[in-house]
Formats: sequence, C-alpha cells, structure tokens
Amino acid sequence: MIQLTINNKKISAAPGSTILEAAKQNGIIIPSLCYMEGVHKFGSCRICSVEVEGARTLQIACMAEVREGMVVHTNSKKVQKTRKVLYELMLSDHSKNCLSCVRNQSCELQKLGDILGVGENRFDTGSAREQLDISPSITRDLSKCIFCRRCVTACKGIQGIGILDAQNRGFDSVIAPAMDRPINSAKCAFCGQCTVVCPVGALKETDHIERVWEAINNPEIRVVMQPAPAVRVALGEMFGYPVGTSVTGQMAAAMRALGVDDVFDTNWAADLTIMEEGTEFLHRAIDALSGKKAVLPLVSSCSPGWIKYIESYFPQLIPNLSSCKSPHMMLGALAKSYYAESIDVAPEKMYTVSIMPCTAKKFEAGREEMVNNGVPNVDAVLTTRELGQMIKQAGIDFRSLKEEQFDDPLGQSTGAADIFGVTGGVMEAAIRTVYVIITGRELPFEGLHVAPIVGLDQIKEATLKLENVLPDYKMFEGFEVKVAVTSGLAGAKILMDQIMAGTSPYHFIEVMGCPSGCICGGGQPRSEDPDVRTKRLKALYSEDESKVLRQSHLNPSIAAVYKDFLGKPCGHKSHELLHTHYVDRSSENE
Amino acid sequence: MRIKRIIRPNEVPIDGAIDLHLIENVVAKYKGKKEGLIALLQEVQTVYTYLPKPALEFIESELNYTLGELYAVATFYAQFKLKPSGKYSIKVCKGTACHVQNVNAVMDEMIDYLKIEDGETTPDGKYTLESVSCLGCCSLAPAMMIGEETFGKLTGESAVTYIKNFEP
Repeated sequence: MIQLTINNKKISAAPGSTILEAAKQNGIIIPSLCYMEGVHKFGSCRICSVEVEGARTLQIACMAEVREGMVVHTNSKKVQKTRKVLYELMLSDHSKNCLSCVRNQSCELQKLGDILGVGENRFDTGSAREQLDISPSITRDLSKCIFCRRCVTACKGIQGIGILDAQNRGFDSVIAPAMDRPINSAKCAFCGQCTVVCPVGALKETDHIERVWEAINNPEIRVVMQPAPAVRVALGEMFGYPVGTSVTGQMAAAMRALGVDDVFDTNWAADLTIMEEGTEFLHRAIDALSGKKAVLPLVSSCSPGWIKYIESYFPQLIPNLSSCKSPHMMLGALAKSYYAESIDVAPEKMYTVSIMPCTAKKFEAGREEMVNNGVPNVDAVLTTRELGQMIKQAGIDFRSLKEEQFDDPLGQSTGAADIFGVTGGVMEAAIRTVYVIITGRELPFEGLHVAPIVGLDQIKEATLKLENVLPDYKMFEGFEVKVAVTSGLAGAKILMDQIMAGTSPYHFIEVMGCPSGCICGGGQPRSEDPDVRTKRLKALYSEDESKVLRQSHLNPSIAAVYKDFLGKPCGHKSHELLHTHYVDRSSENE
Repeated sequence: MRIKRIIRPNEVPIDGAIDLHLIENVVAKYKGKKEGLIALLQEVQTVYTYLPKPALEFIESELNYTLGELYAVATFYAQFKLKPSGKYSIKVCKGTACHVQNVNAVMDEMIDYLKIEDGETTPDGKYTLESVSCLGCCSLAPAMMIGEETFGKLTGESAVTYIKNFEP
C-alpha cells in the first residue's frame, strides 16, 4: 500500500489507484464532472484539479496516480478558485435555458454549480453552437455540449462503432459524426448508450411524450400500452427505489392511471417470439441436418440497435438473421388484428405505445416494414425515462400505487419472457422450449438455467447434447447444439467476423445491442450505481423464478392465439404479421 | 522578382472520379501501425491536393480508424483541406513584416481581380487564394507565393500582373 496525505489526513491507497479513488475511499469527495466510474476517465473537464505539493501545476485527480509520500490539498484557495473559473468557462458558451431542459434537476453540470457555489456568470459569450439534430431515435442539442467526451467513449470505446468524435477546432469544435453531419446519416445504430452517459441535455432520446398524450386525450382513439421486460426492474429508480427493485404491479397500475385503455405486456409477445424463433431455428437445423441448404448460425433479431448495426456493417449476414420481428412489434401487429377484431375496433382507431429500455426501438417503429394492413404495428415508443416523466407529469404518486395485473388477452407471460431483458435470456428461453419440443422432456438443469450463458461476460457459449429424442426429431439424436451469446456491439462484431471468416462453430447466436442487454439499454434511467448491471440482472432472474410457468410454450394465452387466430408457428398468418425482412444500409453514409 | 522553387510532384486533375489506386501503396505502409495518422493524411493530401471523402473511407476500411476519428484529425489541423484546392495556390503572407508593408491593400486588389474571397477557389479551378502566417522571406515584404514560386516587394498592381502572367 502507498502512504500519502490528503488534506492533512494520512491515508493509504492501493498502488495504481488515482488520487480521486484514494480520496473517495477515505471519505473525501473531490468534485468531478467528466469522470464516470468504470466508464470514462479522460480528464477533459479538469474540474477535479487538486494541489500536489512539489508539482509545477495543479494535477487532475481522476488521472493522477497516488505516489508514496504525496501531499495533496483538495480544497485550497487556489483549487477552489481554479474550479470556479473552469466552471465559469464551461458555462460561457453553454445554453442556459435550464428551466426548459429535459435534464433540469438531473443535470450533472447543474449539480456541480451547486457544489462549487458559483454565484455569477462572468464570461457569457452566448452559445457558440445552436445546432439541433433530431433523428428518429436520438436528439443532439449541441448548444448544451460541454465536451466531456463520455459519449465518444460509449460509442467508440464501449460499442466499438465510433460515430461520435470531436470535429473541428477552437470555437468551432463539436462532438459530432464525421463531417459534422446529422447522426441519422452516419450509420449510427441508435443504441442510445451516448444518451445514458451524457451529463447534460446534449444527447437525449427523441421525444414521443407529446404524441402519446395526444392519443390518450383523444376519446376516439383506443390506446394500447406495453412495457418491455427490462422496464419493470428499472422504472422504480425514477421514484427513489433502490437499483434492482422490481415494480411490475405498480407499473401496470401507473399505465392504467395515465388513461391507457389496454395495459398489455411485451413479455406476452416475448413468449410468442420464442415459439416463432424456436420454430424457425428448428426448421433451419432440420434442413441443415438433412443435407438441404440452410443458413446457420441463426442470429436473433429482437434488438433493433443490433439490427441497424448488422444492416449497416455486415449486410452480407442479413440471411443469418431471424426473420422474427422484435416482441413489441409482434404485440402491436396482433393488437391491431387479433385483438382489434375481437373487440370490434378499427385498427386505424387503435394507438399502440411501447415502453422500451431502448432508443433504437423508436427508429424501428418508423420502419416501413413494420406496417400491416396500412397501419404501423407500433405508433409511439417511450423510453423507461419518458414513462417515468409522464407518470410525474400526470401527478401519479407512484410509490403509493397498489399492484395491478396486465390485461388479457395479451398480458400473461411466463418466466422465460422476463429474462428477454438481459443478455443470455432470449437464448435460455429458446433452449427451454426447443429442448422440450425435440426430446419431450424438460431441460435437465437446475432452476431451468443454462448456467454457462447466465452472467455479464461479453461473449458466452454453451453446448447442449440432444439424446433420446422424440421419433419426429430423430435426426437430432446425439446432435450437439452450439450456441453463443453476446451483448454490446463490440462483442457482436467479434462473432460476426467469425461467421465472415467461416470459422464460427455456432448454430444459434443471441445478440443484444447494449452491453448487458436491455437492462442497461439506451433508454433506461441513468444510474450512478456501479453495480447497476448485476442488480437489474438479479431482479429479472427473480421475476422469472417467481413465476409458476417458466417456459414459453406453456403460456395458455399463447396457445389460444395459435388455436384461434395464427394457426401454427411460422405459418402463413405468422409470416404476414410477425415476420419481417431487412435492408442493406452499408451505403447509407450520406 | 521571381524565385523558382521545386515543382510539386503528382499534379492531379481536380475534376473526375477519385482514383483510389493512387493511394493504395501509401495506405499499405501504415497497416498495423498505431501512429503516423498525420503523416498518412499529408501523403494522401499530396496526391489529391485535398482529402477526398472516398479516400478517407478507403483508409477507414483498410486501417483501424473510424471515419469520425479521421475527420477529427483532418478538421483540427489547418493544413488539411477537405475541398479540392485550385491547381495553384496563391499564399499571401500576413506575417508582421508584410503586414506593416500594407499587404492587406495588396490582398484587396487580388480579391477584386480574382472575384473570390480569402480561402476560396476560382470557378475555373486554377487558383485558391489563402492568407498564411509567414512565408519566411521578410526582406521581400510584402510577399506571396503562387504555386511553388515566390514573389516579393508587391504592390496591388504588380500582384495582379504576376497572376495574369503566371505560367509555371
């Protein structure tokens, strides 16, 4: 351990740790802005400047490592003055319409001003950049950017795409795609990870709240709402619940209190997706085993950020993608057909709203392929953050809500659907059902969990040997199914490069566009808890384990929709409503 | 006063499609290297007189850079140009010595004659007019370069005459 002195306090710290970390462990808080624990360490804002005795200049605590005998002052007159000036310079060209900013009261720059006690604004030059870039998913307000570069780290360092970078110089500098073009024309996957890390209002989801209020307030319109699996384990954070609290029942109650007519659940459609995608996998595997032409590995298609990525960067692999629409699209398509018919409402008079942990779903909802009978499957997509915002706007006291259930017939789900929201979940859910179909027996694993693909590693794989299969599936006897799971686009690139090189050993690959899957999607509440991933993961797995039914094919309302409406999985009607196709976007760099 | 300088190699016509074969060897030299991006961009600019987008996309596909990174560097340094320059650049010195010898008046006359502003290219693609910090020949102030040739002791009238009569 290294011995040093911070503010006259003798402390010890592990070698290699920074002054900021050492101080924090000893109860000394050094104000910081661009630094983000475990994510971004860049030293661009310099707010964490501290005085180190013997050093020529002030040091930045988030970068400077501790040294033996170091004497640090984190709160000297010089440090205080420096921080204030740095802050004032940041404010000098920052748009200061805080009261009408979406990040009002959740803005890290605002919080910092409070901590530093800056009482005046001496260098107001007006905003250098008045650019507003509104894409289907992400809105960039460059007048608010403070050049912390967290978004650059998220985009380039974490997701491996590198759309955003610093362009130009001096007062002309912007964090922007190449040639300072709109983000919609830059092969952005719309994963929204940049919007999660942005400390200010410069990067955010494109607003859908207004259009949803309009639909709710129109008595002619029947509003259907559905939340994704990951929303229920994160929404509570917006109302002061600890990270990893499941608020499923209260969420359903809140949606009803907003004035929504039908409160359905995307989980229901996740069960349906397993039936469709599982069958699609079976068909492809049977073709492959009987010597016919079949494209394997099959790659999952639930994550629209991932879809936009593969369309842009690996268009040659589009045939590998499952043709299944993502679950909320399936629900939207069936709400406006199966359900609308049953309650005698014209599909044009129905408005479907998805609550998603995702920004890419906003883009997906606008895709021309996601239309049946002339109406879009989903009319609006709200992020988890936007739903929280609407609940607050409506004056609903979320914490005092009694738990309520989802509505039938598109509301019941099994445990397999819950885990759709976390990396490995779609694969595990699919294996649970496909194994039963082929062998007639339940998966012989403890708690039905496919242990090797549970967890947050970037790439996970599992091999499943099929033995004593049912007579209809005798071609699978002794067959070893190899699956891989990845989350985050950097991991996806590794698996896709393997397929391109012809070395991929897998039959089935699950990809989720965001690291850890939807639980940490681009539309989730921003969290300062470094363990947010594990906590939300645990919450989803306990939702799964708390259910009586934990395999999609056992869901009675799924059985009913096949019996009454769809016929069979991957049948004619399914193909019309639940499946889609993809487009090559590799040249969309204009 | 005319001073002959080294002739620029690889004159490339401004119009027409970008021939990426011209930079294949240049880019290949930097494969697997982490450093040297500025030098690479300089070499590419020497070939095309500017950094055409297809060339940067080619670098992105061949080397481990994203287009965003390449433009980040290309737009930071004043030496890199993203638009084709004229066949000859007219570099007008705005250094201290030239400034006190009233180079601004000389510049104004050239702007009037060429009908383009500082930094722009004539519609026929022959000249790009740009002001530079110092050409390093203060004894000739006010001075300018057309292509690789230097002209000094300028007046507005002589500057325009030099442009009119310029043949490399």
